[in-house]
Amino acid sequence: MDVSVPENVVVTKLDSLASWCRKNSLWPMPFATACCGIELMATGASKHDVARFGAEVFRFSPRQCDLMIVAGRVVMKMLPVLQRIWLQMPEPKWCISMGACASTGGVFDTYSVVQGIDRFIPVDMYVPGCPPRPEQLIQAIIDLQDKIQREGTLMGTEFQTEARQQPKRALLDIVTPQAAPRPEPLPIVPNVGV
Amino acid sequence: MDANALKQALQQRFGELAWQYSESQRGQRRLVIPASQLLNYLEFLRSECGFDALLDITCVDYLHYRGAKDRFGLVYLLGTSTSGERLVVRCYLNEPNLTIASTVPLWEGANWLEREVFDMFGIVFEGHPDLRRVLLPEEFAGFPLRKDYPLRGRGERHNFERISRSQS
Repeated sequence: MDVSVPENVVVTKLDSLASWCRKNSLWPMPFATACCGIELMATGASKHDVARFGAEVFRFSPRQCDLMIVAGRVVMKMLPVLQRIWLQMPEPKWCISMGACASTGGVFDTYSVVQGIDRFIPVDMYVPGCPPRPEQLIQAIIDLQDKIQREGTLMGTEFQTEARQQPKRALLDIVTPQAAPRPEPLPIVPNVGV
Repeated sequence: MDANALKQALQQRFGELAWQYSESQRGQRRLVIPASQLLNYLEFLRSECGFDALLDITCVDYLHYRGAKDRFGLVYLLGTSTSGERLVVRCYLNEPNLTIASTVPLWEGANWLEREVFDMFGIVFEGHPDLRRVLLPEEFAGFPLRKDYPLRGRGERHNFERISRSQS
């Protein structure tokens, strides 16, 4: 039996179609607190032009966004604000931690600076650098698009899996109190001159 | 007002022994006064000597400082609006009595400056209209710019709930 479809019909999965739509129109929420915010602005400006990847609509209301870009250090007074904004964003949503400070606290290892936002909100992509170049941020957006296409579902069930609820493996011994002890560091062999 | 005239005026008003005046090599003028007389001195400097602008209030913790006798040094940076002169007025405070008179009656602008010093060092300004923390969250315990406060804090920075993926 011959089954024929018209030329302009494509067969795909619904999940795949939804992810394809979502990944090509990410609306970023710029949470820019430091110099990474300047690079974030450069990413949106004409020279680097993040519009080529469909993520140019920076919105300053979390209700209209689905990608939070945390650019800069977050202090303990700012963290409740960050969490609140994250909770206000509608599903499905993703988070990019841009720069050393947002990812690890960077050089600001002081009493007030949170040592990595992934301790308190979920993070999908980390961008190294201090601050990262716009190309690095664009690469993170491209990688995030790949991730959305790869595992995205229409109803967002990939966010509900058990593995997604856990803290990052690097944080396990910090976040959970009964974690295994850290391995002993390798002995340092003194460098004896010849 | 040049240095000699200033010293003469201070001597006439407060005597010779209560205060010390010095100048650094770069010409910065310093005046060390007793903490109990702070308001009298500042009022005099403002009305009689022309130092009518309060530029800054800050504090130094001399814990473990080499050769220091006192714990806290309160620094009032005064200026003139006419001739651009500066004067650094210092007084010293020691535990347990970390209270000093507020300068808000003299300068309204001292309000937030004193709140910041209270926030970071725990110096209590008596007579301040609204002595609350200004930079740190209100529930913060401790005074982080004191030298005996640990640099990485006491865990305040990580005292938050974690939001998991399904909660959000």
